Amino acid sequence: MAPTRRDFLKLSTAGGVAASILGFDLAPAYAEMRALKIARASETRSTCPYCSVSCGVIIYTQGDGAKNVTPFVVHVEGDPDHPINRGTLCPKGSSLQQDILNERRLLKPQVRRPGSDRWDDIAWDDAINEIGRWVKKSRDATFVEKDAQGHTVNRCEGIAWTGGCTDTNEFNYLVVKTMRSMGLCYIENQARV
Amino acid sequence: MSQATLRVQKISGHAGPIPGEGMQREDQVCKLVDTTTCIGCKACEIACQEWNDLPFAQTTFDNTYQTMPTTQWNFWNLIKFNEQPKEDGTMMWLMRKDQCMHCADPGCLAACPSDGAIVQYTNGIVDFQQDRCIGCGYCITGCPFNIPKFNPTTKKVYKCTLCSDRVSQGLEPACIKACPTGCLHFGTKDDMKDLAEKRARQLREHYGFENAGVYDPPGVGGTGVIYVLHDATNPEAYGGLPANPSIPWAVRLWKTPLRWLGNLAMLGGLVGVTLHYLRFGPKTVHNGESEKRS
Repeated sequence: MAPTRRDFLKLSTAGGVAASILGFDLAPAYAEMRALKIARASETRSTCPYCSVSCGVIIYTQGDGAKNVTPFVVHVEGDPDHPINRGTLCPKGSSLQQDILNERRLLKPQVRRPGSDRWDDIAWDDAINEIGRWVKKSRDATFVEKDAQGHTVNRCEGIAWTGGCTDTNEFNYLVVKTMRSMGLCYIENQARV
Repeated sequence: MSQATLRVQKISGHAGPIPGEGMQREDQVCKLVDTTTCIGCKACEIACQEWNDLPFAQTTFDNTYQTMPTTQWNFWNLIKFNEQPKEDGTMMWLMRKDQCMHCADPGCLAACPSDGAIVQYTNGIVDFQQDRCIGCGYCITGCPFNIPKFNPTTKKVYKCTLCSDRVSQGLEPACIKACPTGCLHFGTKDDMKDLAEKRARQLREHYGFENAGVYDPPGVGGTGVIYVLHDATNPEAYGGLPANPSIPWAVRLWKTPLRWLGNLAMLGGLVGVTLHYLRFGPKTVHNGESEKRS
């Protein structure tokens, strides 16, 4: 029996179906790449606020700073150029994004009055004025001009200052200037570097 | 997802050659985990969760510091804590970062029936493509390290990607970057093997760990994550690291000989049917109503 044209077409179709089932896939051998979520994010250098080691971190923010955009943090990781941690972070530092985007984060000044059992909201201006008033009062009450031997000392023993690991050099310079000018001796910082 | 692509060298469920395979040289990337300097701080766990934006997994308490018994679909990087008694009666506290090992010969990829759901890029990273995953879970049985985990909501399987998004853009994986003790390293496989051998030699010669060695199991063709162990003769002590992992024989049998036998049988059937049709024509019904031809 000589194969007719019709038979040839049938055979070709069957062969093609078989080939496609059994795997002659001409799709290119590429796989989709996962998108880098910080590719065009804005980088902000900062310092981890948790412990005294003061690791440098980079905060990645969505948006390029255009006028209509409220930027939001998409990722935080270690700053490889920071001499203290060189990009590494501990588990607390690694979770800093949760610290920034947190509904329980404190965003306003609060005051707890003597004898009170709760924190009350206070306006920034009121807070600063009140701090100024208390500083003045404490300093006036505890300023020592001369010690027991009659040496001039001009020191204020009733106030202490402590700084945090996120304070910058410039901030610390101003702190020391201000505090020394009031005669403070007890100046400390949490950072240990 | 980006339309940009990475070259792949292995594709799951893909018959025939892989177009473009071997057309470009590329270094194999590798993570080195030095278990002797791990302090179990879990910075890598958190860095992984943060980078991959994974929803938080419920932690459990089983009288160790371990976050949970095994990795989960939303927890890809787990420090395993193990107390190992020594000969002198004291204890050794072993910590091991458990994650996908990125085998050179991946059991998950061999077992996967869906074309392109699991790929191995030319830099050695084994990555799941969830848009092609059919949720059959065969990769879970194919994995000798118990890594891929099924998400019952999305009906897909997830695991560590070795931060393929970061690596393809010239960054290191998130876990490696975070590690504060420097027990995690990242680089080419050759460099990491050198570093690991150096560290193992140091442990043997100067620290009294006579059996210290490198874990790079040949049963799966070597891995993209290698360990330095205090006692390389007993990897099981490190939270069940298999001493000689290999792809399950059932997967091997099913995916190589049986598969081709099945294909041959199917092809043979089709050819037979076609030849029969050409030789004898369509089936004729003798005792009845309709007789098509003849």
